[in-house]
Amino acid sequence: MDNESQYSGYSYKSSHSRSSRKHRDRRDRHRSKSRDSSSRGDKSVTIQTPGEPLLDAESTRGDDRDDNWGETTTVVTGTSEHSISNEDLTRVTKDLEESTPLECKRFLGPALGGCLSFFALVTPLAFLILPQVLWRDALEPCGTPCEGLYVSLAFKLLVLLISSWALFLRPPRATLPRFFVFRCLLMVLVFLFVASYWLFYGVRVLEPRERDYRGIVEYAASLVDALLFIQYLALVLLEVRHLQPAFCLKVVRSTDGASRFYNVGHLSIQRAAVWVLDHYYSDFSVYNPALLNLPKSILSKKMTGFKVYSLDENTTNNSTGQSRAMIAAAARRRDNSHNEYYYEEAEMDRRVRKRKARLVVAVEEAFTHIKRLHEEEAASSPKHPREVMDPREAAQAIFAPMARAMQKYLRTTRQQAFHSMESILTHLQFCITHNMTPKAFLERYLTPGPTMQYQQQNGRGRQWTLVSEEPVTSSLRQGLVFSLRRLDFSLVVTVTPLPFLRLGEEFIDPKSHKFVMRLQSETSV
Amino acid sequence: MSVNPGQPVVAVVQRIEIKKLRQGENLILGFSIGGGMDQDPGQNPFSEDKTDKGIYVTRISPGGPADVAGLMMGDKIMQVNGWDMTMVTHDQARKRLTKKKEDVVRLLVTRKSLEEAVKQSMGKKYPCYKQ
Repeated sequence: MDNESQYSGYSYKSSHSRSSRKHRDRRDRHRSKSRDSSSRGDKSVTIQTPGEPLLDAESTRGDDRDDNWGETTTVVTGTSEHSISNEDLTRVTKDLEESTPLECKRFLGPALGGCLSFFALVTPLAFLILPQVLWRDALEPCGTPCEGLYVSLAFKLLVLLISSWALFLRPPRATLPRFFVFRCLLMVLVFLFVASYWLFYGVRVLEPRERDYRGIVEYAASLVDALLFIQYLALVLLEVRHLQPAFCLKVVRSTDGASRFYNVGHLSIQRAAVWVLDHYYSDFSVYNPALLNLPKSILSKKMTGFKVYSLDENTTNNSTGQSRAMIAAAARRRDNSHNEYYYEEAEMDRRVRKRKARLVVAVEEAFTHIKRLHEEEAASSPKHPREVMDPREAAQAIFAPMARAMQKYLRTTRQQAFHSMESILTHLQFCITHNMTPKAFLERYLTPGPTMQYQQQNGRGRQWTLVSEEPVTSSLRQGLVFSLRRLDFSLVVTVTPLPFLRLGEEFIDPKSHKFVMRLQSETSV
Repeated sequence: MSVNPGQPVVAVVQRIEIKKLRQGENLILGFSIGGGMDQDPGQNPFSEDKTDKGIYVTRISPGGPADVAGLMMGDKIMQVNGWDMTMVTHDQARKRLTKKKEDVVRLLVTRKSLEEAVKQSMGKKYPCYKQ
């Protein structure tokens, strides 16, 4: 059903990466060295590539890397036993792209549910049709009450069908590590129900060839009623119960401390995790590993500490003593790194602002070079023959003057990994088509947007690991902490219940709002 | 002079006796008062402590009885004819000062310069007012 192992659903990196191919090959070569099964020219290799270009830690080593807009292709020479050549790599990635063995598990649960519901919907019709088919002549005729029952049966089935389609026939958005308890409960309930109805039907109707057709129709109608009630139960359990907020979740990203608070209802841990991730993709700004570190110049000064040598004979218990001595010595030393950090930050701010100013001016100028051609102007061409361009060409035409300023700005704000020249051109084309101003065009680059903005649509999905001390099907309660781990960062979620509110009442008469001036009188006596 | 609720007020005071002047059918004293329990103490330009709700002398008509008697602008009136003036409303203060049956009002007033003068001449006996 919903049971899925942790290692299914690999997300793999698309063939175009931000980093130059040289680095990607080097990294993949290192990884394949550590894994026995993957090397030695095996074609069905399963390389767990670290996901999208966004999370590629290698690609953000901006300082020592050549950051041209085009792909720099380098040739990997030699195919040793422990490495994969470039051609093999591309072939392997193509294989991964085409083969989808692991994706089926995603659809297993919904498929099962679909079968069950189809079976349940068909059952009343089968109840009605089977006697007609098998022993039609022996049946007692049944007049108007039956027709009434037919109509009500038909409409109830229609309602069931429509509401099932509306509520449950949606592509699943997440696969949970354990069974989704409520859904399993409901499916078991439906199955037991329908099975018991079939059992009674078989024993009481099919075997003795029951003649009372009206009774059979009423039996089918009662089944449909019961199915409607089960659907009501499903609606309440799956859709409604968790709507009323009961807990406040604090979500903190472990690497840079970005945090949010969310209000959720009564959910199990795994469902709450899915809920949090839904909101993570649109609320949290994108994780940029390049922005995390203190500049090296500051950190390196902290590294040079004292080395403690002990001259005593007994060196048994000196480890803690040594570390304490070092810490004390470091504390006594005059530490000016905060000063440098402050100035470095100020310098960085100034630099970013300068580059931003240049970028804004360049973009504004570039946008003045083109204008939209209206229908009436197209006719009057003989005097001023202008070259008519489509959006793509227009974008390319005005991209050149702003390219350099854009590149410098992205490098200063360490965002160059997220935007390739192609993506900038596409965005420019989009903005031109929709008559956006330069400011609207720049909005995407001046502030780091939510992670959703940088996602490419591929069907594989994102792999997250839910780390929790409690079983993940238990429901949320106070003080629970669980974390959602990705390869290089994690989200730590803390649960606190929302406070109970005691709302009092105070009535204020609208006529009671009266004011006086402050007195400052002076009387002469 | 500091006003601590519940504590006795200690101040250096001066006794001033003003004879009322008859003007038509009114007896006037020749000065104006401001302040009081129902007034806004923050707007008092003469008080040091802006929460002081006492009665202050805001204007003295030159040549009038008060001027002649030695009352100065900015004085805080502590007593009028034995009646306390530190915790009264503005209207009560006015009434105490303008009783038609009294011809003379004896005030106890205090001002900052009094305290300093006393401090400068320490050792001499000085009238200390305790209430």
